[in-house]
Amino acid sequence: MKKNVWLLAAGMIAVALAPSCKPKGAQSAISGDAASKVYVAPGEHDEFYNIVSGGFNGQISVVGLPSGRVLKILPVFSVNPENGWGYSEETKPMLNTSHGFVPWDDLHHIAISTTNAEHDARWAFANGNNTPRIARVDLTTFKTVEIIEIPNSAGNHSSPFITQSTEYVVAGTRFSVPTGENTDVSIDTYKENFKGHISFIAVNPETGRMNLSFQIEAPPFNFDLARAGKNKSHGWFFFSTYNTEMAHTLLEVNASQKDKDYIMAVNWKKAEEYVKAGQGTKKKAKYAHNTWDESTHSATSTMMEEVLVLDPKILKDIVYFIPCPKSPHGTDTDPTGEYIIGSGKLAAIIPVFSFTKMLAAIEKKDFEGTLDGMPVLKYESVLHGEVEKPGLGPLHTEFDGKGNAYTSMFVSSEIVKWNIETLEVLDRVPTYYSVGHLSIPGGPTGKPHGKYMVAYNKITKDRYLPTGPELAHSAQLYDISGDKMQLLLDFPTIGEPHYAESFPASLIKDKQVKFFQIEKNMNPHALKGIKEARVERKGNEVHVYMTSIRSNFRPDNIEGVNVGDEVYFHVTNLEQDWDVPHGFAIKGANTAELLIMPGETSTLKWVPDRAGVFPFYCTDFCSALHQEMQGYLRVSPKGSNTALKFSTGEVE
Amino acid sequence: MQSLSTSNRILILIAALLIIPSYFTPLWQISLWAPQYPEGLNMKIWIDHLSGNVDQINGVNHYIGMNHIGDEMFPEFTYLIYVIGVLTALGIVAFLIGKRWSLYSFFGLMALFGLAVLVDMYRWGYQYGHNLDPKAAIKVEGMSYQPPLIGYKELLNFLAYSGPDTGSWILIGGVVLLLIAIIRDRMEKSAL
Repeated sequence: MKKNVWLLAAGMIAVALAPSCKPKGAQSAISGDAASKVYVAPGEHDEFYNIVSGGFNGQISVVGLPSGRVLKILPVFSVNPENGWGYSEETKPMLNTSHGFVPWDDLHHIAISTTNAEHDARWAFANGNNTPRIARVDLTTFKTVEIIEIPNSAGNHSSPFITQSTEYVVAGTRFSVPTGENTDVSIDTYKENFKGHISFIAVNPETGRMNLSFQIEAPPFNFDLARAGKNKSHGWFFFSTYNTEMAHTLLEVNASQKDKDYIMAVNWKKAEEYVKAGQGTKKKAKYAHNTWDESTHSATSTMMEEVLVLDPKILKDIVYFIPCPKSPHGTDTDPTGEYIIGSGKLAAIIPVFSFTKMLAAIEKKDFEGTLDGMPVLKYESVLHGEVEKPGLGPLHTEFDGKGNAYTSMFVSSEIVKWNIETLEVLDRVPTYYSVGHLSIPGGPTGKPHGKYMVAYNKITKDRYLPTGPELAHSAQLYDISGDKMQLLLDFPTIGEPHYAESFPASLIKDKQVKFFQIEKNMNPHALKGIKEARVERKGNEVHVYMTSIRSNFRPDNIEGVNVGDEVYFHVTNLEQDWDVPHGFAIKGANTAELLIMPGETSTLKWVPDRAGVFPFYCTDFCSALHQEMQGYLRVSPKGSNTALKFSTGEVE
Repeated sequence: MQSLSTSNRILILIAALLIIPSYFTPLWQISLWAPQYPEGLNMKIWIDHLSGNVDQINGVNHYIGMNHIGDEMFPEFTYLIYVIGVLTALGIVAFLIGKRWSLYSFFGLMALFGLAVLVDMYRWGYQYGHNLDPKAAIKVEGMSYQPPLIGYKELLNFLAYSGPDTGSWILIGGVVLLLIAIIRDRMEKSAL
């Protein structure tokens, strides 16, 4: 009995001491003066723009580095009531697809435009996963200016990666799907009827305008990520594939059986030649191409009818397969273009392939076999080497331009720094928790800026004040200027960031559009001055041509509108100064507000559902008299003969 | 009548030619700074038009009931080009005559012109600053908004500056040359 008491006491002491025996966590990961390295003093600017995918919010976040401050949320594939994106008549066509108006998408990856493998940061490209699309964002206005739908595709995940001078942006399909005339087929017929199309979208070097140049009909694998060759490997593109088992059910198990999947190497220069030589086949495919015209401040949607498809089974020497261990996610080319790093998310090593060896193997026809007539190269012949024991679950690799690679490890929640040439692991740091993509300024280009690295984590848990079941996704900033990686900052993000890119702010900071010249506003409903303000009736449509300038709307008293009329408010912001947007909202509107930039015209459609007097007002605090910026619109019952009347500032 | 030395005559010619840039350069500038305009709002007055942030200044000033600034506000824009032309021509005539009296006359004329400009600017500024719309949104008892003639002045939340711009500085340079010519001439005279 006495002995038991002593044992109990000893046990309790052990329990009490136990927490102090646990290995130390994040607290000890911060060393040195991290705070001063991320402190951007009031009034100072961040050094880098960080363009971050928003994942399931369909938007892009613009973040400053090293502070981690969010500067803007810019809508791409998702409606944004905050500024009327997808609600105003001018923006609605941007979200048009062959399925009609689609108000949401899942935006995973960012590609910042490059010239000769260096960031020029003229445009940001982003992919829409769910209803396959690629968007182009103008980085002088931070506005989505073009969206092109991708036909024959489903789950546009392997996208939007670009070639070194932004000649092409690619879209590889995650889901292989039946295509062509008859797509109503049994899912069991996956191997015969399903195809994996890879799209090459040409980008006009002057205007950025996209054009679906050609598609390659690849085997029905799942295409995951991609990277263009650069410098010495310019002209090639590398796509990671999984589910080369070609399973169509319970992929978790059935697509994880083979020891090796493939990196699909595409000689796009060769494909281009075949296109020029007329070797492609034109196939029917319906897809929307939406463009924003900044002279009219409005979008146009055009439905396209056909696409050019190349068949690599017939057209030899476009497609080669490199065996790569276990369901590769990242396939990343180093800044020189010589090395291709495959990150097999279920693999225990990281294979590094050599472009030179690949070319030699192709030259010698050193193949281990073929896949539907397309050569499969020998793993050993193409391999530069393997990084041994890097960690668990390698996902994605970025580069610092000093010969080092940084690979994220999802399963072991860490980042591993290793030497590309020697394959030696140099350093490893923990992430909190389960890191997905990494982003180094200029990291995917031929000229990385190094200095910082951001880890985009998938799991957040205890990192911030808790906010119920759903938590902010966490990003972490590391200093990579020294030999050892140093954690500097945790910051919450918007949506669920997947990939992001960063570039020096100096590239675009002085090119920002501050306002639109009112004289150049070619919107058919634009007003050039307050004298043009008016209301016109056309049948049951009422067009209100309205001006906004600090601090009034003209007209601000409107009568003669009936229930059921389609009322269009064409509001022109006459301001010609930076940072003076005006908003417009009317009670009961089933849309959202308008947020109109200086010199811009936007249109809100409103169908009044009841008689009465409806107030409207400016929603963006514009001046000391903002709260006075308001008006009234009278609605009479259907069929009334209330005279159409409008005025501003007239008092009886 | 005393003839001028060649070098003094050349100084007159240069002074006359220095009037010509007035056609191509701004003559006067008015700037405003406020907490929300750290970069400042700047208006330039040229020989026959205005440039710069005129619209923004109008936008800001309408709250306190100031008149809308525009080219039509300055009748001077219709005749200043001729006045400047005549001054240049008279300067060249003074050079051709090359007598002491022509130098003195030209200098006097230029000084008079400068004075007239200042008087005119003051008159405009007084009008602009005092002639306020009685229905203005913001009325501050006893406050007027006359811009400074030359130099800085605080007006509510704004700091205002007014002063000559490039064209006027060149003109002033010409007048200084005339002064030098006068001084040299007097020294030459006393040396005789």
